[in-house]
Amino acid sequence: MNGEHALVVDEIDCRIGPQTILDRVSFTLQNGRHLIIIGPNGAGKTTLLKCLMRILPTTAGRITVQDRPLTTYTQKGLAKQISYVPQTTGRALECTTYEFVAMGRYPYLNALWGLRRKDKQLIDQALELTGTSKLVDQSLDTLSGGERQRVCIAAALAQEAKILLLDEPTTFLDPLYQTHIQQLIERLNRTLGLTVVSVTHDINGAVLWSDQILALKQGRVAFSGTSTELMDNGVLSDIYGKQFLFTTHPQTGERLIAPDGRAG
Amino acid sequence: MIRGRRLGILFLLSAIVIVVAPLLGSQTLWFDTLINAPPGSHLHDIFWRIRVPRVLLSLLGGAALAVSGLAFQAIFRNPLATPYTLGVSMGASLGAAVYVIFGIPFVLWRISGESLFAFLGAGLSVVIVYGLTRIRRDFSTITMLLAGVAVSFCFSSIILFLQYIGDYSHTYRIVRWLMGGLEVVGYDGVLNVLPFVAIGSLILAGLSRELNLLTAGEDIAASRGVNVRRIRKVVFFATSLMIGGVVSACGPIGFIGMMVPHICRLLLGTEHRVLVPASLIFGGAFLVLCDTVARVAIAPAEIPVGIITAMIGGPFFLWLLLISNAPRK
Repeated sequence: MNGEHALVVDEIDCRIGPQTILDRVSFTLQNGRHLIIIGPNGAGKTTLLKCLMRILPTTAGRITVQDRPLTTYTQKGLAKQISYVPQTTGRALECTTYEFVAMGRYPYLNALWGLRRKDKQLIDQALELTGTSKLVDQSLDTLSGGERQRVCIAAALAQEAKILLLDEPTTFLDPLYQTHIQQLIERLNRTLGLTVVSVTHDINGAVLWSDQILALKQGRVAFSGTSTELMDNGVLSDIYGKQFLFTTHPQTGERLIAPDGRAG
Repeated sequence: MIRGRRLGILFLLSAIVIVVAPLLGSQTLWFDTLINAPPGSHLHDIFWRIRVPRVLLSLLGGAALAVSGLAFQAIFRNPLATPYTLGVSMGASLGAAVYVIFGIPFVLWRISGESLFAFLGAGLSVVIVYGLTRIRRDFSTITMLLAGVAVSFCFSSIILFLQYIGDYSHTYRIVRWLMGGLEVVGYDGVLNVLPFVAIGSLILAGLSRELNLLTAGEDIAASRGVNVRRIRKVVFFATSLMIGGVVSACGPIGFIGMMVPHICRLLLGTEHRVLVPASLIFGGAFLVLCDTVARVAIAPAEIPVGIITAMIGGPFFLWLLLISNAPRK
């Protein structure tokens, strides 16, 4: 049974060699909510996601997933709770979309059996949700950046995990695709009830889409709260070391934030 | 479906090579001559005591080298990762060289001292390369490969030194060993290698899905539920043991571990549940073919098989790179 808390991160440290990447980071996330992590480059955002997925070890502190300590999960067991979409890199695989999405079923398979009917249904569902059904026979290295990102999300969905970690899902995409991916993530969060943790540099997106925002700066939590609180005086300039301008969108009335391009 | 057809053709060609190979040699034997020959004749001896064991040893050796290359390339995500780049073969060669120079001839449970030392040498290189990654936990796969290359170079310079200080006959034996060879009489050699190859191949076949995921990247593999560290360790040790066993019996036969998996991937795509059996069969048949050429080309003399593998395989691989068109699905 899933408890209240999807994730509880309690004062975790992550050191790699002599470097401290994360320094006493804490936050709590309820099931079904969308947490967006922001912060300057090198703040430790990706490292935090990797610690949650246990790709990197934490050196202090405690993480619980669905109210169970992370350390008590096997990696397969963890993969049934959390799926992770790493930042898309330039290197693409030569396998087909279908083969790649099917890999999402790994935690449920054993060495002898192939995909069963239920696995195939879930793969088809994931393809459909992400609008990638037409790409099944294409090799990943022939897809555009936006298509590849959707395929990566499809593979994570096929994994049937309730918590979805996304590392800069829109960074290398054109504006139209950015919106597509944003809307897809929203749908997964609102309609399917997935708990989403995403890392982004898009502050406006973070304000618009999140239930909760966490800002990291040099491995420490610089801010934790709601989007309204993020726009309080001085919060953003503390995080990024730069003045920000706030305005209102003339048509939609949404708040808009932009770094102050003038001196200072 | 292209993949199925290509796999079928590959199996068929391999089967033909394996059946025809023992008939060829300095004296060509035909099935009817064999059947008509009186029992206990020298023709039977040539066929059953010399050629068949040799073909079987080639088959096992080629299969093991190819599937090891496939596994290393998957866990290191690097096309250059092979038993050679990771120092295993050089370690085995060093073991054999040390035995030749200093060894007192002995035979233990039908295993020659040379093979035993080669096996120990392979183990030593594995322990060194793996030990480095234990000390520095943040070692990337590239660093590990480089460590393997460094260990290889170091070992090969020690081999050169041993050759330099050794006398001519020792030096000749070492050089000959380094060229690789499959000369066996009877089935002892085959039976010694068989358990290594069988166990190693079964382990790798059982880990096909994990190999697929590791090819996709460590992060992807871990987030799908693969215990990356453990799987890599299992693959690394299983493969190294297998290579230790094979290299100690056949010498360091180059080329197969790197090229056969590439050729299979070019022809068959990236699914390891297909690639593992395909590399086993193709690698085995390829070494049988090379060894047959080695026996026949300048008969009654023989060419060391390591020379042939690179001579046939190199151009073939280049040609494949030019025409390659991997099937999608």
